[in-house]
Amino acid sequence: MGQKHLNSVHVDHFKNTAACATEVMPIPETVCISMSQHIGAPCKPLVKKGDAVKVGQLIGDTDAFVSAPIHSSVSGTVKEIKTMRNIMGGNDQMVVIETDGKQEVSEDVKPPVVDSFEDFIKAVRASGLVGLGGASFPTHIKLNPRNADECHDLIVNAAECEPFITSDHRLMLENADSILDGMEAIMKWIDLDHGYLGVESNKPDAIENLNKEIAARGLSDKIKVHVLRSTYPQGAERVMIYEVLGKTMKAGELPAQHGVILSNVTTIAFLGQYLKTGRPLTTKRVTIDGSAVANPKNIIVPIGAHIADVIEACGGYKAEPRKILMGGPMMGRAIYSDEQPIVKNNNAILAFAFEGDAKRFDIKEETGCIKCGRCVSACPFKLMPVSIAAAYDAKDAAKLDALQVMQCMQCGSCSYICPARRPLAFINQMAKGVVKEAQSK
Amino acid sequence: MANKYHSNLVVSASPHMVSPTDTTKIMGTVMLALVPALAVGVYQFGIRALVLTVVCMVACVGFEYLFNMIMKREQTVGDLSAALTGLLIALNCPSSLPLNIAIVGCFCAIIVVKQLFGGIGQNVVNPAVTARIFMFIAFATEMTTWPLSRISHVTEAVNPDGITGATALGQLGHGDGTLASVEYSNLDLFLGNCGGCIGEISAIALLIGGLFLIWKKIISPIIPATFIATVFVLGLIWGGIDGALFHIFAGGVMLGAFFCATDYVTSPTLPMGKVIFGIGCGVITMIIRIFGSYPEGVSFAILLMNILTPFIDNFCEKRAFPLPKPAKGGDK
Ligand code: SF4
Ligand code: SF4
Repeated sequence: MGQKHLNSVHVDHFKNTAACATEVMPIPETVCISMSQHIGAPCKPLVKKGDAVKVGQLIGDTDAFVSAPIHSSVSGTVKEIKTMRNIMGGNDQMVVIETDGKQEVSEDVKPPVVDSFEDFIKAVRASGLVGLGGASFPTHIKLNPRNADECHDLIVNAAECEPFITSDHRLMLENADSILDGMEAIMKWIDLDHGYLGVESNKPDAIENLNKEIAARGLSDKIKVHVLRSTYPQGAERVMIYEVLGKTMKAGELPAQHGVILSNVTTIAFLGQYLKTGRPLTTKRVTIDGSAVANPKNIIVPIGAHIADVIEACGGYKAEPRKILMGGPMMGRAIYSDEQPIVKNNNAILAFAFEGDAKRFDIKEETGCIKCGRCVSACPFKLMPVSIAAAYDAKDAAKLDALQVMQCMQCGSCSYICPARRPLAFINQMAKGVVKEAQSK
Repeated sequence: MANKYHSNLVVSASPHMVSPTDTTKIMGTVMLALVPALAVGVYQFGIRALVLTVVCMVACVGFEYLFNMIMKREQTVGDLSAALTGLLIALNCPSSLPLNIAIVGCFCAIIVVKQLFGGIGQNVVNPAVTARIFMFIAFATEMTTWPLSRISHVTEAVNPDGITGATALGQLGHGDGTLASVEYSNLDLFLGNCGGCIGEISAIALLIGGLFLIWKKIISPIIPATFIATVFVLGLIWGGIDGALFHIFAGGVMLGAFFCATDYVTSPTLPMGKVIFGIGCGVITMIIRIFGSYPEGVSFAILLMNILTPFIDNFCEKRAFPLPKPAKGGDK
């Protein structure tokens, strides 16, 4: 299409589980549901020790504006309310539920009645939905921009550019109808003209399946699949908006400022399902993979399941895990213990044994920068990580600001490509701190 | 329950995966790309060329190893950068160079130019190029005694002792300054049937290696292209198409353009800087060749541009504008 592309890097795909039809995890003995699964104020538990709970029952909520309610993923009895260190290092309240295996569904679960935009937004909040692509931003806020009348385009982020992860890919193959339901609902209630599904070219079967579904609904002139290159990071919000619409969005801006509503494909599909069934967000499709896992697969798990139990459902560990990631290897977080529970925005758990794969995954000490410039040509925003790192060493806030470090989205492309194994993305993050500090003075 | 969970996992900042290309692989690939040039050198000058090459590589690695050991620094010889420097030094010398002089050159490259400045990535100038210039000035006779190559057109009448040949640029300098005083044809220079340093004689072998590096995305084509194009254009002005071809095939232009001027550490990072650097190298090379008192100017050109690199980088960095401009049809 003659359009310019942003810089990106070729990252090995390792999509080992793309052909594995999704399985459903047996209900574990206990689940541990965090009260802080969204950006914003945490929820307060609405249940106490000894209470009986059912699937879909509201167990946590708050009056804070930026928040989303939390529902039980199982039926059983509340064993305790405890605090546990979360992956960010802070402490979260968790509701621990002993399951009874019956999975009785709460009486509150019924399809929402939506007759107006207000009903729609209320329903979205009640569903507990947050951005499932990783950001965990409450969806009902995102779908209610101040300038709704200026928004014309919906972009569904269906680029799964992180290596290993195939849960969105499976979703597009198995639940294309829910995706289209969700898109139609959003386009109807926010009154958007065009919908785009950004999918990478390495998923031809998903593209075909979506196109079939679009054609079957007669929506071909409203909704289009936009085929992206299969490079990293196509799924980053700002990259996606540029690639699909050619609009440059700066750090700190919202898609709505550019007339765009942008949401992850899993988020959209859940919304489509919820409007039909009224079943709140209590399960997630996740990819379980990595060299330490016996049977890598895609599996639907109850939110709150301990990661160790999820791995157990995938045949357990075949080698001692050395590093476990929530999310993909490029932007995912390393967790300190597999006792951590699954949260709403998990799309993958990857466990690495560092045997045979150590060269790529057990990241060695950095060596001297050879000034090769690879980091510069990798950055989608043409930042200069090598110069930023030098300015950071000198704690030169003015230079860092001039180098536009604040535009960095921490995609990790620069660190990935650096032959000296320098943690450039991490340095950028700390450099942002230096700039912020200087500005606040 | 206590040991049901794994709680001793490695926690580090993302990304958790790196590309398969590390410094060692880059250096190794560059060495591989120099094999054709080395092979021609050994074929033309005999086993002595190979001996010199091995000695230089061992000396460079040895010096770096000892330096790191004595200074209690982390050992870096595994990155193959020292081995590559040794290889480049040897390829930039006549095959008859006494081994002790070569070892002094290696000392200069590794200890003085590289390690004293802080090791890999910290040097201001290219170690191999600087070592060559140092030896060239300090041991002028040995560095300009050119052994005869296997296939050479230099007849006994011209060269009665039959031991030393001459480089094409040397003949140019000693003659009347026109191509008529050069005995090699451009084809000889292209193939490597001529006198000169071990690694610089065959333009075709260097081209093969250089294009391999570009194909493997180890080097950007910008510096070699602008360097060679500049020499070509100035050669064209100097002596027409024959003159242009002569200047790009003779001497160290190919070796310098593909393998020395592209050294990441001592050349600019941004594309615009690479263009300035390549043109600068070409212009200085030709000024020295045509007006200077030395027959060859590639090493001096690269050295000078190395020194200017931080300024070029700075100049370009200020002009680079991060963030893409909106594509057509974008922001209205
Ligand atoms: S990629 Fe790494 S080695 Fe290369 S210039 Fe950037 S920081 Fe230096
Ligand atoms: S982490 Fe930041 S600097 Fe590095 S490539 Fe991504 S956006 Fe660019």
